[in-house]
This record gives sequence, C-alpha cells and structure tokens, in this order.
Amino acid sequence: MTDNPDELERLRKIQGGDVRTASRLIRNLEDNLPEAKTAIRQIFPHTGRAHVVGFTGAPGAGKSTLVDAMISVFRKQSKTVGVLAVDPTSPFTGGAILGDRVRMQAHAEDPGVFVRSLATRGALGGLSRAVGDAVHVMDAMGKEIIMVETVGAGQQEVDIINHSHTVIVVLIPGMGDEIQAIKAGMMEIADIFVINKADRDGAGQLENELISMLNMVSEFPGGWRPPIMTIGNLFDAAAFREDVEKLADAVGDHYRCLVETGLLADRLRRKTVMEIHDALHDAILSPILTELTQSGEMDRITKRILQKESDPYTIADEIAGKYARDGKRNRMIN
Amino acid sequence: MRKLRILIAKVGLDGHDRGAKSVAVGLRDAGMEVIYTGIRQTAEAVVSIAVQEDVDAIGISSLAGAHMTMFPKVVRLLQEKGAKDIQVFGGGIIPKNDITELNKMGVGKIFLPGTKISDVVAYLKEAFPN
Repeated sequence: MTDNPDELERLRKIQGGDVRTASRLIRNLEDNLPEAKTAIRQIFPHTGRAHVVGFTGAPGAGKSTLVDAMISVFRKQSKTVGVLAVDPTSPFTGGAILGDRVRMQAHAEDPGVFVRSLATRGALGGLSRAVGDAVHVMDAMGKEIIMVETVGAGQQEVDIINHSHTVIVVLIPGMGDEIQAIKAGMMEIADIFVINKADRDGAGQLENELISMLNMVSEFPGGWRPPIMTIGNLFDAAAFREDVEKLADAVGDHYRCLVETGLLADRLRRKTVMEIHDALHDAILSPILTELTQSGEMDRITKRILQKESDPYTIADEIAGKYARDGKRNRMIN
Repeated sequence: MRKLRILIAKVGLDGHDRGAKSVAVGLRDAGMEVIYTGIRQTAEAVVSIAVQEDVDAIGISSLAGAHMTMFPKVVRLLQEKGAKDIQVFGGGIIPKNDITELNKMGVGKIFLPGTKISDVVAYLKEAFPN
C-alpha cells in the first residue's frame, strides 16, 4: 500500500466513483505512462466485484445499439453501469473516430452510467491493450455491470474472452452458410448468441444453423448450452424492449451458472494468466526492444539478416543468451 | 507519447453535421482520437461526455444560430464540473461580431466556412504541444 497523499486521494476518488479522475487514469493507461501502472497496483485489491459482459460481432451488427438498450434495462434494475467501447485506430495515421457512443446518447447525462471510448492503437485481438486495466478502474469505481464492446470483429478477434465473464456474440442474417457456423474462433466463444435485426430475411435459417452447430458440441462446460436470443427491429419499440429484457435475463442466468458451477474461477484464472503474460511482456521484452532500437543495434541486426549473414532465430538466441547472462550476473551482484 | 483526444459536438436543434464529420475525419487523419457525439446534444450531455472521455478540447459545430446560448453554456458547465482545462473551440455560421463576444466568454478560436482542415489541425497542435 501507498502512503503518498496524492495517490491515496486518487484511490479514494476512484472508489468514490469520480469520473474525471477515473477517465484521466484510463487515458494514462492508454498512453502507457508509468504512473498509471502504479495506480493499478493500488486499485487492484479493490477489484473483482463487477460482472463483465463482452459484446462482439461484425461491424454494423448492432453491438452499440444493443449495449445502449442493455444500459436502459440495467439502470431500471438500479444497477450502475460502465461501458468500454473500442473502435479501430488507423494503421496509417494513428488517428481514430470513436463513434460508438453516438448510439448511447440517451445515457449521457445519467451519473450512474460511465461510457468510455478506446481506440485499438495497434492491438489486433479486437480490443485495446488498456481494456483490461480500464475494466479494473471501472470495477474499483463500484460499477456493477461493465459492458465491453469490441471493434467490428471477424473470425479471429477473440481477446474478449480474456476480459469478460459473459461473452455475447452478435450475428445478423445473411453473413454466410453453415460452414461459417462450424469454424473455429468467434463461433466458439459465445456464452450467448444474439441474432440481431431478426426481422430480416434469413434469420430463421441462421437460427437453424446455430442450433445444428450447437447440437454437434458433445459437452458444454458447466452444462451451459449457449442460448440463441433473437432481437427484432429497433423501431418496433415495445417488442424490441421485450427482446432486450430477455437478453438481460440470459446474462443474469449465465452469471449465476458461472458462480454455481465454479466456472467463474476458471475465467478469473484465464484473465490472470493473460495479465501475467502482458505484464511480463512489458517488464522483459519491451525494455529489450527499446534498448535495441535506441542503441542502433536493431538496424545492425536487420542488415545482417537481410544480407543473409544470419537469420532471425540465431539473432533471437544471441539476444536472449546475452540478456539471460546479464540477468544472472546482476542477481549475483545483488 | 500523449495522444490528442478531441470531442466534436453538435449542440441544440441543429442537424447539419456534414461539416462536423469533415472536421472529425480531418483530425483523425492528423493522428488524433476524435469522439463524435452525434447531432442534437444538450450542453449538459456534451460536457458530461467530454469529462467521461477525458478530451483535451471540445469542438462545437453550429449552423443554426444558437451559438451565443450554447457555447457559453458549455464553458460554464465545464467550470462547474471542475473541468475548465478542457478548451472549447468551434465553427460554423457565426457572425464576426459574435466571435469577439464568444472569445471574451472563454471560447477559443472560431473557424468559418472556407477554413482548411490543416488550419484546425495546426491550431490544436499549437494549443496542445506534446
């Protein structure tokens, strides 16, 4: 624990739900400032209460609109809500348009709702590197439900499973046949399937394909067979609201299942292992890469490889050997 | 490195957002993260979003004549929320005399029709050097 008065004050403010402090911390995490990591160390013991719900699916599938509708349902249940909405960073300029909250306008003035947009900043798994820690920040603020929305994702962007307790895969009719449904990746990670825009042609066929796909699964962990929820046209307001309420019920059922079967512990373990991986990457690999780049060594080894004087594996072994040796020597000195 | 985060907002009963979107894309191409609110926001919502997103500045696009009400209101609400470090700038159909008044009230630069996106980028980069 810290006894630095500024750091204690920050922790107290975040636990009190102060949006300005929390949002600044999330920004510092995105910018990878060292002080932000110190803050995470301090808030870490105060996390672990929120139910984290992930939303993923193709661009335009309706994720943001669904999140918006789900906020309304959870607020009616008097639960506080945090939302982390991820949009893509340009690979050319590093810029981004963060537009998910255009669909969440109704909640902008509700102090019980904190929506934060994040850009991927080069991360490839459908999220941003800062998402894991941003979840911790919202959790420490006391948000009871945290919804994480991925970028418009395809088959492979499955990082969301490392950050959520309940994963909702949002599908729309007309995106492919039953072969798409049995492929690995996205279709395996759903705890709940949503067939969105189900008033469109092909919704019934999609539902049948999902059912046959699920029928091929021999055993569901914890006995949870992912339900298929259909959600109709947004402009058919009463029916839409009813559909979304059913989805919220399914989310609650899934959480109870996780707790009762002990699966929740598995998910927490999965997230922790991933966090250790990331932290080790930051602690070990990042400094090596920085040093190689800054010292000009990176240019030299690139040249050697291009001139076929060496190859990437030999170089990696050399570097690993050198740092392991240095590490050992440092330990001996200490 | 600090990445600039800018909120582009449409306030009040004003649905013309071609300009706001053009500016948003221009700032994106200059490497900034741009949060877009969508049209017909209240001043309260814009300030709340700015705080939630921890932006450096709010750019308000106004084409419907409500700038003398809306711009100062956003500035005042930012002060009330302890967020007066978030700067307000804007653009749209705004008479020259009003610009002087708005500047006095704490609003930053106002960009008029014909502005090049690069001028807006240069203004923001100068206001927030990394």
